[in-house]
Amino acid sequence: MLSIAIPVAFALLTAAQLLNLYRLLKGPTLLDRILALDTMYIDAIAMFILMGVYFHSAVYFEAALIIAVMGFIGTVATSKFLMRGDILE
Amino acid sequence: MTFVIELLVSFFLVVGAFFAMAGSIGSFRLPDFFSRLHGPTKSTTLGVGAMAIASAIYFSFHGEGISFHEVLITLFLFITAPVSAHFLAKAALHQRLHENKAALPPESEKETGPHV
Amino acid sequence: MPTYRKSPIPGNRWLPHPLMTLVLVIIWLFLVNTITFGHLLLGTLLGIAIPWFTNRFWPERPKIAKPFLLFRFFFITFVTDVIVANITVVRLFLQPDISRLRPRFIEIPLDTQDPMVITILASVISLTPGTVSAEVTEDRQTLIVHGLDVADEALAVQTIKTRYEAPLKEIFSC
Repeated sequence: MLSIAIPVAFALLTAAQLLNLYRLLKGPTLLDRILALDTMYIDAIAMFILMGVYFHSAVYFEAALIIAVMGFIGTVATSKFLMRGDILE
Repeated sequence: MTFVIELLVSFFLVVGAFFAMAGSIGSFRLPDFFSRLHGPTKSTTLGVGAMAIASAIYFSFHGEGISFHEVLITLFLFITAPVSAHFLAKAALHQRLHENKAALPPESEKETGPHV
Repeated sequence: MPTYRKSPIPGNRWLPHPLMTLVLVIIWLFLVNTITFGHLLLGTLLGIAIPWFTNRFWPERPKIAKPFLLFRFFFITFVTDVIVANITVVRLFLQPDISRLRPRFIEIPLDTQDPMVITILASVISLTPGTVSAEVTEDRQTLIVHGLDVADEALAVQTIKTRYEAPLKEIFSC
């Protein structure tokens, strides 16, 4: 059962990442690209969790957590920069 | 690992991946920025949440002892996803990123001040 | 500025935020993924040290008037609505004719000016059916929300006010 579910989930997530990549490359505005990047971070977390199950290793959890933290900070910093032209006030 | 556990893990993995993909399809198909914003805040948070549940079940029954640290990722995403969506929406409102001018709220026309 | 009364668990100079200490200990135990005496001790140490060092950033303590209602709100209303929200949004995304959506902004007049309640309300709105909160006006009177498919604006405002704002106001008693 798991040997079918994991490839299916990988395929779905890869399709999701490709759609995000399309949005990232096409835009049309900068905010669309930031949003696409944010979605890519979240999908990457899902992929890392899936890899943890696939390789039966807990190491991937830490990578996923770091991506979660960094992705959030990146999104907030870039959108704040667009809003004010400055990150720290 | 029993068959029921394996079924549960498989179910949550596929459901999570499906929700994540649906969010991306939304951002691919929808015409304007504010509608696209709905994708990552909702679908992907539950997508990752379901995958984290699958991972927690898998490692609890297939490793050393109970594993619940995946809950932290879900918790973190549930706290941060609305915040980043709010920031993006705010930035978009400030940039007057409106393809549909009729849907403009009157408040966004005036300056909204330095509070975040 | 609204004034906060004391939280039900009293804090003092050395333990300024008791609830935060408890949450930090639990998060530490989740992070290391084991419950041993050593990690409990280390977590308690961190749980006391972090609120103490960051005390200046949290001048007020929010008052939770009804902890039971808080649990019921987050574990029943909130969790159900997140799942319903996801299914609704996925159905809207995958429908064949995408131009049938009626995205628009709606304005929600706020009954409370408490920053904590507004923050939680905005976050909950973002995670629940078809809406993302976009902006709070400077006078804290109105919350601007973007709805993905709004048929009836008055009904949407009414739903958000009764389903989310009223319980939150009751929980934080303001």
